[in-house]
Amino acid sequence: MARYTPPEQSKAGQVFDIAVVVVAIFVALWLPLKLGLAGAAKSIDALDAKTWEALGQNPTMASIWEKLGYTPETAHDIIQNRFHYIIDWPTLIIMAAVLIGYFIFLFRASDREYRDVINEKFGDK
Amino acid sequence: MTITAEPAVQVQGDRVSLLRVLGPAHVWALGVGIVLVGEFTGWNFAADKGGALAALIVCWIVGLLYTSVAMIDSEVTSTVAAAGGQYAQAKHIVGPLMAFNVALFLVFAYTMLEVSDAILLGDTIVAKAGVEGLNHNSFIAATIVVLAWLNYRGVLMTLNVNFVITAIAYVSIVILFFSVSPWTQGAVLKLNELVTPGNALPYGWIGVIAAFQFGIWYYLGIEGTTQAAEEVRSPARSLPYGTMAGMITLLIAAAMTWYVCASLMPWEYLGITYYPLWDAGKLTGSALLENLLFIATLLAALASANGCINDAARAWFSLGRDRYLPTWFSAVHPKYRTPYRSILFLLPIALAFAFIADLNQAITFSILSGVLQYTFMSINIIMFRKKWPLGSIRRGYTHPFHPLPAIVLFCLCVVTFFAIFLGFGSQLIAMVAFYFLISLWFHFYRYKFVRRGAQFTMPWPKPQGY
Repeated sequence: MARYTPPEQSKAGQVFDIAVVVVAIFVALWLPLKLGLAGAAKSIDALDAKTWEALGQNPTMASIWEKLGYTPETAHDIIQNRFHYIIDWPTLIIMAAVLIGYFIFLFRASDREYRDVINEKFGDK
Repeated sequence: MTITAEPAVQVQGDRVSLLRVLGPAHVWALGVGIVLVGEFTGWNFAADKGGALAALIVCWIVGLLYTSVAMIDSEVTSTVAAAGGQYAQAKHIVGPLMAFNVALFLVFAYTMLEVSDAILLGDTIVAKAGVEGLNHNSFIAATIVVLAWLNYRGVLMTLNVNFVITAIAYVSIVILFFSVSPWTQGAVLKLNELVTPGNALPYGWIGVIAAFQFGIWYYLGIEGTTQAAEEVRSPARSLPYGTMAGMITLLIAAAMTWYVCASLMPWEYLGITYYPLWDAGKLTGSALLENLLFIATLLAALASANGCINDAARAWFSLGRDRYLPTWFSAVHPKYRTPYRSILFLLPIALAFAFIADLNQAITFSILSGVLQYTFMSINIIMFRKKWPLGSIRRGYTHPFHPLPAIVLFCLCVVTFFAIFLGFGSQLIAMVAFYFLISLWFHFYRYKFVRRGAQFTMPWPKPQGY
């Protein structure tokens, strides 16, 4: 197989490619953080009675909270801030499809590139 | 191994290579140094997602995942001993696009881990100072910049520093464990009163699955030992030894940490605190332990961030060297022999995320990249054995029970993806979207700059099936 000679990249081209990578990083990862779309999906199950008992804390737990500087009022939002694990099946299926699609693309496209590498390295040996 | 010919890295006609100066202790320090901070923060968010008992269950099961990672990685790394670790493996076994993605997994797993370390360090100092209005940003910036400078100056000095501070941080966990009379309950530890049948699994078994996400944090980064493959004097011996020793060290530390913390604070608090071990030190009532754990938390964060900069920069350097990214990144410093441009390029990215992300968001980005990488590793080992069956090439180490570790690893990765979906689904979408887009960019544009045959540098026969 003929040896592939890649084009030499100009300095401007290198700077452009670096910019593309930086933009991709910030758009895909930094922007969701900035827009508040990332992080834990939790919500507070508010209680009317803010006592250690109502918050499900036994005397040992209550004494530790107090040692840490909390009262039932200040601990309420920590204790009652909970995950609500409801499986949204359509979203889960879409996410699974995206992940599987990503890996299938990765392995198939990599294999095409890998054949170039092996053909050039080993030829007909 | 010297780096391949790139004008940017030549000095006065000689090739400039990374120095082979590291021994097994450095490999251990690199692996454990990166990971040990997971005991000081992050693992406890597993309690938030599933309760205290869930955090213990995932500590064991995820320990199994990482044992599989260490077994698989030891075989492949002892055979493909080149800078970039899993990146070099992907290049030789799967192909350039996969290698490009694996390098990005490594860079983002380590950069986001570095970000988490810096946030932890800043918040811990601010909490200790107790000064109204004191902001953590200056501490975060100082941490990232000073450690980047250390890495710029040289790998040996960097990892010697890591060895000492990792050892101190580890010893502090052991001291805390034995100081609270772990063999008796009631005096200091109150596990029976804090983890009760009613609150052990507050969300039931779905909470245990959800907790897998942060269970990864007990050990994430141990595979970083392979990043130093080109700088280790005897890679075939030192890398498997250092990685396995590191896993044993971490399993012991994780078990001690869970036992002490779950016996000292309610799960709701344990699940949200940024510094569970420091809090445990406070709750013992001993000023000595409190101060020791405060210092150890800072040291663990420093050691981890230090190792992360080292690993992320080497993965990025490898991408430049192979022309997957502009070759500008492949320069080695003529005096310090470090990948200085890669170190400097990643510095502002780490700073930007450290200033805007919360600790659990940064940790989740890191975990996601890590799990994508482990998924690759489970498939990679199957392909490795298929393309070069046992006996066809010389392996430094052959892992037992193949393909069981690969199957276990793959299944646990699937469970962890589901765990991330439970509560952090939008971050999962953002991360996979990023990798998908950047893969399209590489495959349809950037790949044209890659020298084909030069991607395969191992003295192996042609792979079977090609």
